[in-house]
Amino acid sequence: MALLQTQNLVAHYGDFQALFGVDIELGDAETIAIIGANGAGKTTLMRSICGVLRNDAAAVTYDGTAIGAKPADEIMSKGVAMVPEGRKLFPSLSVEENLLIGTYGRKVSGHWNLKTVYELFPILAERRNNPGTALSGGQQQMVAIGRALMSNPRVLLCDEISLGLAPVVIKDIYKAIPQIKAAGASLIVVEQDIAQAMAVADRVYCMMEGRVTLSGTPESLSRDKIHNAYFGAGH
Amino acid sequence: MIWIDTIIQGILLGGLYALFASGLSLVFGIMRLVNLAHGDLIVMGAYLILVLVSLLGLSPFIAVFIAMPAMFGVGWVLQRYLLNRTLGDDILPPLLVTFGLSIALQNALLEGFSADSQRLPTNALTTASVDVGPITLGVMPLLTFASAVLVIVGLNQLFYRTELGRAFRATSDDATTASLMGIKPANIFATATGIALVIVTIAALYLGLRANFDPNIGPARLIYAFEAVIIGGLGSLWGTLLGGIIIGVAQTLGAAINPEWQILAGHIAFLIVLLVRPRGLFPRAND
Amino acid sequence: MAYSVTTQTPASRIAALLGAILIIVLLVLPFFAGRGTIQDMFFILTMLVLAQFWNLLAGYGGLVSIGQQAFVGMGAYALFGAVILWGLDPVPSILLAGVAALIIAVPTAFFAFRLNGAYFAIGTWVIAEVVRLLVAQWKTLGGGTGTSLPRDATRDMWFVEVIENTLGVRSAAARDILAYWLALTLALATIGGIYWLLRTRRGLALAAVRDNTEAAKSVGVDAGRMKWIVFLTSAFGTGLAGGLIYMQKARISPDAAFSVTDWTAYVIFIVVIGGIGTIEGPIIGVLVFFALQSLLADFGSWYLMTLGVLAIIIMLVAPRGLWGLLSERTGLHLFPIRRRLSGGKLNLSKE
Repeated sequence: MALLQTQNLVAHYGDFQALFGVDIELGDAETIAIIGANGAGKTTLMRSICGVLRNDAAAVTYDGTAIGAKPADEIMSKGVAMVPEGRKLFPSLSVEENLLIGTYGRKVSGHWNLKTVYELFPILAERRNNPGTALSGGQQQMVAIGRALMSNPRVLLCDEISLGLAPVVIKDIYKAIPQIKAAGASLIVVEQDIAQAMAVADRVYCMMEGRVTLSGTPESLSRDKIHNAYFGAGH
Repeated sequence: MIWIDTIIQGILLGGLYALFASGLSLVFGIMRLVNLAHGDLIVMGAYLILVLVSLLGLSPFIAVFIAMPAMFGVGWVLQRYLLNRTLGDDILPPLLVTFGLSIALQNALLEGFSADSQRLPTNALTTASVDVGPITLGVMPLLTFASAVLVIVGLNQLFYRTELGRAFRATSDDATTASLMGIKPANIFATATGIALVIVTIAALYLGLRANFDPNIGPARLIYAFEAVIIGGLGSLWGTLLGGIIIGVAQTLGAAINPEWQILAGHIAFLIVLLVRPRGLFPRAND
Repeated sequence: MAYSVTTQTPASRIAALLGAILIIVLLVLPFFAGRGTIQDMFFILTMLVLAQFWNLLAGYGGLVSIGQQAFVGMGAYALFGAVILWGLDPVPSILLAGVAALIIAVPTAFFAFRLNGAYFAIGTWVIAEVVRLLVAQWKTLGGGTGTSLPRDATRDMWFVEVIENTLGVRSAAARDILAYWLALTLALATIGGIYWLLRTRRGLALAAVRDNTEAAKSVGVDAGRMKWIVFLTSAFGTGLAGGLIYMQKARISPDAAFSVTDWTAYVIFIVVIGGIGTIEGPIIGVLVFFALQSLLADFGSWYLMTLGVLAIIIMLVAPRGLWGLLSERTGLHLFPIRRRLSGGKLNLSKE
């Protein structure tokens, strides 16, 4: 059985419908990638799963329970952590405080703690007392990932973690993904950078205009198929 | 010499105003909410202590410790079930709801306690004074000022040394992202207002010990508190203390010249600061 | 089919007709109503004027002021000053009341505009307190205890004798009738003036500023200037009302004339209960307010407590007030401001 799945998930922003019945599945210890152009609905999907957008209870199930109608803080405490688009560090908090806030109000046990996060991203240890927002974009992204890891989530949602970063920085950040997988988390990686996504994912979903247009293992998907699923046939 | 004495009395009076203002500053700092009923809540706190004192025969200094958790509860419930519903981009709902609350609270107190002025029972300690060189200082004003400093030190510790303080700052920065960290913004706001009302209770103790109070004096306390917060710079607690001191000194200096000018001098000091430093003396960078 | 852009609605046309009838009835009211009714109507009309101007500030301008008592009190004291110190007739002195309020509105705005949102609100209150404390130092006008209008000044007021003779009433009643007619004129001019303002380009810009200052700036609306216009206009109108109210009372004190409860709290409740951001709202609100006051005034503080709680409930449950509820259900607009497109056919399909 899937660890996390969405069934016929729809989402609206006022009168605008952003998702039209999206079904995805994430298995235990699996990594899936969700790719698609801007406005395909990838971020809306992430926001629906993590509870920032509320849905029908049955639209999202996690570990056997319906969580679609739960608020973000409850979903987080059940073990679904999010690295939000745009990193969203807290400007009033130092790097270390940004990491610590990931464990707010809970005793957590597991592989990840301040020490192991600093081992994963050594540069953060050097800058632990700086304000989070004084860091470079790549370092901020590391803080955002570390902050989510601190709660030792079973599911980690990564929304556009390569956005706006230089290729060499992206490579650095993606180097951490296998270690995160090895520590036992399942991942949903939202990406516009298809190559990066294909490299880390066990399976790939492609979205266009609020619908899943293609899914499968990276090996099974040809360039043409992805191109059509990405931009629509006829482009 | 008389001027030095006046200024020192003013500084100590500033401690009382800083106590009035700290709760206001805390709540504004975390949720950008200005509670227009703040002054009336101080007066309510004074009546609560008075009731405890007269019913249980306690000393006001003991009664305040019973009143504090009760007022925390009042603040928590008030924020969680009423004020949270007014937060948002529109400034009208929080203003009008807290204004309605102010009027309702004032008149509820009038109904319950009449317009007669009251005072908390004083004892030898509250009327005692100490001589520091040529200047005589009341123990009460000294105690008030020390409490204000302690409250501000305590709040700073809370903000920068505890997990709750981190959650306060994170929620203040970005409530949605904070909820992704497992924080419930609604409860964080409720806790903040609860703490603000604990400070209000301390302020109420000194309000009631130092002078007479009646149900109508809340709005004036709100105004002093507000002036101290603006002078200090929004969200800066030490600034708030300094703001309180400036209002206090201006008032005692004004009163020394002409007793009728006491309140006016405080307001004018505020307007002068607003004129030269519109963002206060210690403005926060990201406001 | 031709398009036409109109702000009128069928309801607004019927309302205009009924309104015209109502105005005529109100104008001739002193010919058949008793003195008590005239005094009640004076109260309703002057509160309506204050409410319309506060609504212009807060509901349309987004400037929530808790310091309107500064302008009521300043206007009132200016009128007393003009009559007592300069020997002017009270009736033309009402204009001076407006001017005096306008004059103190300039420094008030200068200070208060440095503060945002809620802090603006308390800032206006502080300034009102400053004005009250300063006026209380004005010994020739009675200082803190206040003063009365001289008897001969009120007796010889313009029009009073004419009214006495025409309606066959005593001097005191004639003064009330004069005050009533002036209040009616002021109320009609206020409603007409605000309606006109809101329908001009300026008024539309005002709505744009209220809804989104940044967006309004980007299409070239000068938000700062609009704030000044609204603030000064409403100070002038509030000052006129203040002068008129205290001309009728003929007795003044700083605490009464600068009362935050009487001249701001009540006014806010009227607007919130009736419906903020509409011209109809304050009209409904003042009627509800008057009814509540007649019913509950004997209960003193219970009455104010009820008003406070009512305002909280309305703000949470129906933030557009009673008029908002009504017009939502019925689509009724008596003072339509929105321009509506009629005729023609909207074609939404792509071909």
